[in-house]
Amino acid sequence: MSFINYAAREINCKVVYYGPGLCGKTTNLQQIYARVDPGAKGKLISLATESERTLFFDFLPLELGNIRGFKTRFHLYTVPGQVFYDASRKLILKGTDGVIFVADSQLERLESNIESLENLETNLHDQGLDLTKTPFVIQYNKRDLPSAVPVADLQAALNPRNAPWFEATASTGAGVFETLKGTAKLVLNDLKQKMAG
Amino acid sequence: MSHRVLILYEEDQRRLTGNLRSLCAGAKSRAVFLIDKNGRLLAQAGEADVVDTTTLASLTAGIVAATSGLAQLLGEREFSALVHEGAQESLHVSMVAGEAILVVLFDRQSSLGLVRLRVKKAAEEIARTFATIGTQGDRAAGDELGQITDEDIENLFSA
Repeated sequence: MSFINYAAREINCKVVYYGPGLCGKTTNLQQIYARVDPGAKGKLISLATESERTLFFDFLPLELGNIRGFKTRFHLYTVPGQVFYDASRKLILKGTDGVIFVADSQLERLESNIESLENLETNLHDQGLDLTKTPFVIQYNKRDLPSAVPVADLQAALNPRNAPWFEATASTGAGVFETLKGTAKLVLNDLKQKMAG
Repeated sequence: MSHRVLILYEEDQRRLTGNLRSLCAGAKSRAVFLIDKNGRLLAQAGEADVVDTTTLASLTAGIVAATSGLAQLLGEREFSALVHEGAQESLHVSMVAGEAILVVLFDRQSSLGLVRLRVKKAAEEIARTFATIGTQGDRAAGDELGQITDEDIENLFSA
């Protein structure tokens, strides 16, 4: 649920990075954190295990700029990708205004991508949300790896509805901001429609 | 479309801040925060800059969500309050009207008993205030943000 604070002249939106384990969700946030001007970001919070696997969530507050005199603030969250953390994923997904599905481009991870995408649809449905009506983009990550599947094949397997998609190599930052911008535009357009009644 | 939009007007925030100020003084606490379930700060009172409120709001919402999940696992409707007790500083966290999270930061100038007592009364007042806060559809029509254009959104990313 977007939150508009007239007293503080702020628009607040929540975006969740979803995807299978080790697909690069946390890396996306780390790259954004590393590259954004200090004045436009808050602390990057990572609730992770000792082996740096996300246990509950990562969180990064980000300010994108002004729109009609309102500061636009995005709260970026990641979910834990490992299958057995489904209860945590459900909690973090609540109230989201947009979802970025980070797909691992490697052939051997195709099944995990499909499983995670189905899990996303189920968890959104449990909240009364429909993926097709929620601001949603796909990021095909790890494009630099030799075992990366051609994008056309990934599109056929993961994106039959042709949601906006981006190629990325999150470890170098390539495609990370393009994905975020693409999502932010969808979220703000969704908000615009709601505010117009 | 996804979820609805929570809109907090200046008048709403003044009233909520008034509720929180009364609680802060009555509980002899350092600061009081009201947070939405999605981890965004709605209002605060007491000492300024005592903590990074953005991080506090996000982590508190996470704790409350996880605790609520635990309650359901045990067949409880909810665990009504959480207390984090430190050597110097403590936090009392409770739900208000099932919609918002009330956080009281207190030190040895106060006590858990006093905080609990004051929170109970304040929660009713805050719930009454919160019930009048708008979501989109009531006062949003003709609102300035309803006039956002595609160009406005593009401009945000052109810099």
